[in-house]
Amino acid sequence: MRTISLIAFFSGLIFGIGLIIGGMTNPAKVLAFLDITGDWDPSLMFVMLGAIAVSFFAFRQAARKSTSLLGWPVNLPDTTRIDRKLVMGAVLFGAGWGLAGFCPGPAMVALLFGSAKPWIFVTSMLAGMWLHSRLFGKG
Amino acid sequence: MTAFTPWQSLIGGLLIGLSAALMVLYLGKIAGISGIVGQLWQGAKSDRQWRGAFTLGLLLSPLLYQLIAPLPAMLITADWPQLVAAGLLVGFGTRLGSGCTSGHGVCGLSRLSIRSLVATLTFMATAIVVVWLTRHVLT
Repeated sequence: MRTISLIAFFSGLIFGIGLIIGGMTNPAKVLAFLDITGDWDPSLMFVMLGAIAVSFFAFRQAARKSTSLLGWPVNLPDTTRIDRKLVMGAVLFGAGWGLAGFCPGPAMVALLFGSAKPWIFVTSMLAGMWLHSRLFGKG
Repeated sequence: MTAFTPWQSLIGGLLIGLSAALMVLYLGKIAGISGIVGQLWQGAKSDRQWRGAFTLGLLLSPLLYQLIAPLPAMLITADWPQLVAAGLLVGFGTRLGSGCTSGHGVCGLSRLSIRSLVATLTFMATAIVVVWLTRHVLT
């Protein structure tokens, strides 16, 4: 359990550092990435490319195994259904992302940047998540 | 307008990919931030532990970054009401749609999941439309 938590902790650290270096923690940059008809800044496309270039091989490796290196079962989503929940959820998420320029990871990382605004965003994000679990239950 | 930073963004992306790779290879888990944060208080004790450890790493990442370099600019143009609305939309939407930029955009696309591709295209398109509306139509 201790090893599992340690790996998870370092993965969180590396993920956060990646978001900061990549430019994802600056909402102005995120909005400039989404502003394809204005002064478009395509940088964040490279974040996705870099991330997928590495994790593609890891997921291919993991899909062949039933247990992870630390002996836990490999839990990859098995849902393939494209339903209204998936699309409606993505529309709502996209609307919020385009409104403020924060998605969940960068908003969490931004909490200790020394500004009050990420706290407002994350507090209502948690409220939105809580509301979902009240309406639809767990998972 | 923000500066085009393909190399920083690529390096940030590679780190995010490394984090996702560690999570799936060692723990057998998806590094999806909305799922991890949204289920911090749900499920078995062992699940709450790895989710808590990952979230702690994410939160503390700017402090580690600051030991090496000053934090990059973070410009949030959204006002408080917009941040509240955006947070609610992102929180509720990511749980309803079972993922965000990391779970669907990085991990899902790496697994070649059509479901995640549909989600990613949907939230990207919605965010682009919202930015277009707020920056070019409603002003």
